[in-house]
Amino acid sequence: MKAKEITNQISKSAESLNLKKWDYGASFSNDYSVQVDKGIAKQLKASQKQVLTIRVWNNSNLVGITTTSDISESGIQKALKQANIASEFGNKKEITDFSPLAKEPIEVQEVRITKPVGIKILLKVLREAELKLLDSHEAITSIPYNGLSESFYERIYANSDGAFRNYSKSQAALYLYARAEEKDKKPRSSGSVKLGYGIDDIDIESCIKEASNKTIAHLNYSAIRTDKYLICFSPEAFLTMINAFSSIFNARSIIDGVSLSNKNSIGEQISNEALNIYDDGLNENNITSAPFDGEGTPTKKLCLINKGKLENFLHSESTARIFKTIPTGHAGLGSKVSVSPDWLVVKRSDEGTNLKNLLTHCNYEGEYVYIEELNAIHAGVRASQGSFSLPFEGWLCNKGIKRSIESATVAGDINYLLKNIVNIERKEEITPNGISPHVWVNELSITGDA
Amino acid sequence: MLSSKIKYCDVEFGKCNKDLLEEVISYGLSLGADFVEIFLENTDNSTIIAEEDCITSVSPSFGKGAGIRIFKDKRDGFVSTNDLTKKGLMKSVSQAIEMLDISDRKNKELFRGINKLKDYSSKKKNWIEEIPTFNEISEKLIQSTNFLNKNKIIVRKGSYSRNWQEVIIASSDGTYATDIRLNQTVGLNVIASEAQYRSNGSRRFGSSGMPNEFRLWDHEKAADEVYESSMNMLYADFVEAGQMPVVLANKFGGVIFHEACGHLLETTQIERGTTPFKDKLNKKIAHESVTAIDEGISIGSFGSLSVDDEGMEPEKSILIKDGVLKKFISDRAGELRTGHKRTGSGRRQNYSFAAASRMRNTYIAKGEYSKEELINSISDGLYCKSMGGGSVGATGQFNFAVEEGYLIKNGKLTKPVKGATLIGDAKEVMPKISMCGNDLELAPGFCGSISGSVNVTVGQPHIKVDSITVGGR
Repeated sequence: MKAKEITNQISKSAESLNLKKWDYGASFSNDYSVQVDKGIAKQLKASQKQVLTIRVWNNSNLVGITTTSDISESGIQKALKQANIASEFGNKKEITDFSPLAKEPIEVQEVRITKPVGIKILLKVLREAELKLLDSHEAITSIPYNGLSESFYERIYANSDGAFRNYSKSQAALYLYARAEEKDKKPRSSGSVKLGYGIDDIDIESCIKEASNKTIAHLNYSAIRTDKYLICFSPEAFLTMINAFSSIFNARSIIDGVSLSNKNSIGEQISNEALNIYDDGLNENNITSAPFDGEGTPTKKLCLINKGKLENFLHSESTARIFKTIPTGHAGLGSKVSVSPDWLVVKRSDEGTNLKNLLTHCNYEGEYVYIEELNAIHAGVRASQGSFSLPFEGWLCNKGIKRSIESATVAGDINYLLKNIVNIERKEEITPNGISPHVWVNELSITGDA
Repeated sequence: MLSSKIKYCDVEFGKCNKDLLEEVISYGLSLGADFVEIFLENTDNSTIIAEEDCITSVSPSFGKGAGIRIFKDKRDGFVSTNDLTKKGLMKSVSQAIEMLDISDRKNKELFRGINKLKDYSSKKKNWIEEIPTFNEISEKLIQSTNFLNKNKIIVRKGSYSRNWQEVIIASSDGTYATDIRLNQTVGLNVIASEAQYRSNGSRRFGSSGMPNEFRLWDHEKAADEVYESSMNMLYADFVEAGQMPVVLANKFGGVIFHEACGHLLETTQIERGTTPFKDKLNKKIAHESVTAIDEGISIGSFGSLSVDDEGMEPEKSILIKDGVLKKFISDRAGELRTGHKRTGSGRRQNYSFAAASRMRNTYIAKGEYSKEELINSISDGLYCKSMGGGSVGATGQFNFAVEEGYLIKNGKLTKPVKGATLIGDAKEVMPKISMCGNDLELAPGFCGSISGSVNVTVGQPHIKVDSITVGGR
């Protein structure tokens, strides 16, 4: 609704300031969220937010940018002026232009946009969920982290060359993070997150069950001996690991020298040949999908690793220009445009002949460590060096018995990890962050307290 | 035109808004609120990045917003908006009231209007003009990255960030305050590389309320420090995992106390039931050598403030005295729900977050030992010279990356080691801090939590922990 009018306003203001080339991204959102504490509403929140980011090109073709929440006529004028000032400091070594694909037709997926159910309903649903989770086991004493939210937003991209795109979406999220405690034992906690286009889409019962089962399963814990172990990554944990090292296939990171890859890495065997990885932002299971990126480039499915070989990099307009290719729909909108993956899909390729198919998390009876969830990624990953040392929640499994690990870290090197994948299970699981099967890796270092 | 039709703001920053604010507060009370708080914000921020020998990003931003909080009994409803018209503010109040499902229109207190404005901004009005220009900043950042143009350095980056924030806080208990905050931070990062070896080096510097500080920053010394750190670590072996005594360096070493213990002393953690220290007031929770402080008053420190985001002047809170827990860090909601008195610690990233009890400048007080005495007391352990980031889980376990570490053998520092992570549990580690050095220093940082990312200071002298789990390979 507002999209065309804002574009017109920017166009008019830019003309009055003699700014001939510009583009902008904007978002308008309304969010509602609730938290509870043993049935009592703890904090109820609502927000109305608008953000406008404008880029302008000056006469020397250098780019300047400004972001504002003020979309009044004077606010837009000020933003354009400030962006013009910033353009004097534009990056002279790297040309930035409109995406050549910003006017390509796109198919905006028809997704159901729900109507707000309102705070009272959110509160009622969350109270019931909290109560059920508390009742699910006597050791669960509180749900210290919980929340139910719904968001409604519109995003826009437009430029002075006539490109114009917008879309609207709704989204809802439920998280339940329980704490369980037994006498003379340390408290344990775990949880579950579910997303949907609206509250009705969220599988509340499975969120409760998952949070309860995970938390209770960790009550019977013990310390693990420091050593090297065979590892089975849960789909969530493996996706977390790949996302943490996504600079491997990020062209921006390569140009900036912070990636383990270089411009000539396409075609390099970086993993067991049984591994395929795609970025698939438009996947029907991705609740947060967007039909275009910050520069207006259409989102598309891209193969990143094919049979263990690097197949493609993620690009913005300017990185694609440097690599003499086309943008892939993974750009942000900034003074220096960032590049990031949308939604990763990990698959077992048809080259899985060297895999140890007997390694399955349901049936394998030998000793291994099951990593359910990796934590503290921001602190424990050195993406530019390829190393990681991360705390995790998981189990030591042996002879069909699994015992929760009290407190431990897993450490290693991403190159080693990818090359030492010994099995990729056949069954894929859908998670909020992507799709992946369970992935087995030979011998990673675990530090424990035993 | 939509934007020319829409009135965006009735609030006049820098001027008296008493009538408007009283009208909005009265409206909330008339609908049955026990308490109404209005937080208004006007910001002007910018970030500049230099990479190698040129500026690669200049990103200014500005905006206005309001956060309105309504309390009824012990519940609160919070609404944030960019619509600062009277109509927009009233609508936000109605929305908060509706969220709380208030049907009882009786108030506990009679509203007598807001007090005379407490103006903390009067001497700060010129700050925005006194800060360095884009030109000055760009020039100095490029000089910094030039200083790092040395053998084996493959990535050189300097970044500057400035947050200027004007706030107005008014509430139904009469609070009426305005302030201007200015936070500047500058960081240097390098990657060194040779053959298969790679290392990182980084340092961050920051100040609060000192417009001239960036001009005084010794960028050559900072570049030397970062370079030296990356070179020391370039050929380092991975640390061997295990239990061992460690010495944590001063300044940013204090991040462990901040994360592992400080957060557990915030009243939000008592409310959630996630702190093991809930019932430990006036009980021993740490070694008697430990005294810990949280305050917002050190001039120029990154976590200092003239008034918190709920309109209270910050106090100096002695959290732990000689190992005994003396105080929790509390905000308005914390006082209401836990009974612990407010400490001027109600903080938020911006208008879109409700204030919560948050740390400011948090540090362990100095002790009597020299750094050498601490190291000499260890026959086999680890010296953590520079800490990376870390986190603390819902049950109090923490983990921290060691950015620059050295093995200690027979009381002496030996070879550098990388890949170390410190893992523990606040309750178990605090009694193991057995020696505190006499070289307390503070370091700036950002802390992310329930009310967003706020600037803080962490600090400590060198300290010795008798035993801790070191993750490695």
